[in-house]
Amino acid sequence: MSEPGRLRRELRALLADRSRGAAALDRLCVGVVSALPVDGSAISVTTAAAVRGYSGASDSVCARLDDLQFTLGEGPSWHAVRSGRPVLVGDLTGLSGERWPMFTPAVLAAGFRAIFAFPLQIGAIRLGTLGLFCARSGLLDGEALGDALVIADVAALTFLDAEAGDSSAPVDLPLGDDLDSAGAYRAEVHQATGMAMAQLGVSAQEALVRLRAHAFAAGLTVDEVACEIVARRLRLDGGLFG
Amino acid sequence: MTKGELRRGARDGSAEAVVGQEQQLSDAFVSLADSLVADYDVADLLHRLAHHCVNLLDIAAAGLLLADQRGTLQVVATSSETSRLLELLQLQHDQGPCLDCFHSGSAVIAPDVALASDRWPIFAAETLAAGYRSVHALPMRLRDDVIGTLNLFGVRPGPLTEADTRIGQALADVATIAILQERAIRHHEILAEQLQHALTSRIVIEQAKGVLAERGSLDMDQAFNQLRRYARNTNTRLTDLARGIVEGTVDSAAVLSPRLRRQPPSHPPEDP
Repeated sequence: MSEPGRLRRELRALLADRSRGAAALDRLCVGVVSALPVDGSAISVTTAAAVRGYSGASDSVCARLDDLQFTLGEGPSWHAVRSGRPVLVGDLTGLSGERWPMFTPAVLAAGFRAIFAFPLQIGAIRLGTLGLFCARSGLLDGEALGDALVIADVAALTFLDAEAGDSSAPVDLPLGDDLDSAGAYRAEVHQATGMAMAQLGVSAQEALVRLRAHAFAAGLTVDEVACEIVARRLRLDGGLFG
Repeated sequence: MTKGELRRGARDGSAEAVVGQEQQLSDAFVSLADSLVADYDVADLLHRLAHHCVNLLDIAAAGLLLADQRGTLQVVATSSETSRLLELLQLQHDQGPCLDCFHSGSAVIAPDVALASDRWPIFAAETLAAGYRSVHALPMRLRDDVIGTLNLFGVRPGPLTEADTRIGQALADVATIAILQERAIRHHEILAEQLQHALTSRIVIEQAKGVLAERGSLDMDQAFNQLRRYARNTNTRLTDLARGIVEGTVDSAAVLSPRLRRQPPSHPPEDP
């Protein structure tokens, strides 16, 4: 893997502009193309019900291809967001391409041969999808795959905060240090997310946002706050333990 | 006959005990093989596998760690959901037999952790504090790739018998097959898809455990047992049930109820 720390720093710089909407996402997608050995990228942010919200892309062709998947109801990004699994296709002219009879010809006509889609998610919290397009056939090597997963992690946490409906979450919640990556969270973070859901009566997404906001406000790591919650020494609803 | 007597008997060669252990062993592999054919849930299967390790081998606890391709080992299944065991497994992001096993691709055995504090100072201290003395880390291998490790903790010092080590490795191999869901992985890309799927399943289960623990005032071990019991009784995949609880499409009160209510899961099954 290339330096994940450097990659995360670059992504954070790209995401520093927290203005929501397509322009910031477009810039992120352009950054993804420069960071990875790919020729195009697109990101769709979806609702909990996997309905596509806003989106961004590195160029207009990728934007159209991403959009097409959600219109047709087929394609790797659409499948990734529904199934919660990455969909990696090194050569769309092969058998794998036949899974999408309408989408595949459109991708090939646009000059792409390989396509990779990663769900943006934290367990049951579904946030969207990252799609990568390559003009040449071939798989992502181990390093590029690792980098793509790091990008998906960082993007998932970014959208987690951006999409939270509750205004109590600080808007300028920083992305934290290099360890603040959903993929590196301890099991207790996910357990605490579930506990906070029940305590606060909110969705998993909002519970995790509150947990992270609490950590930020208290100057603790997300792991530390989660362990306190799981040990029942801390409640996010302000209640006390007898 | 208790498990301990059975094992001692098996080591001493008592005929009755050997037959008993062989029966247990074949039952375990038959049950694992049975679950591999249908549309199985990888998270559930790996948990059962961790329990088989404890039942079949002379150990007290077992855990499965999977490499997440971002370069860290993640816990995917444990024989017990206690925070102590979880901690022992999680701290091997940084040091410990699992990390060494993952990097070397060979089994790493610490027959007496008390003598391993130079090699793994934090891991050795935490392991002893948790009441374990021996640790075995067995690789989960796919040809040249090591995808994770099986970690076995014993309460007495000493290595596993050769027979136990072979059974442990066979269970680690079953875990590898279960995660990859295909005996012949042709493409690196399928490997990556399945690894990510197994890791996500684990996170969904942790989230659901948290919901149940809070709503039912349970510890994480009890929460997991409720989850698994309900999944079995309703013939639901563990991961689908967990996702339903987190997404609010399954009533967690029903899962927590001591009496079984037949409630078909309203969450649609995952896309194939």
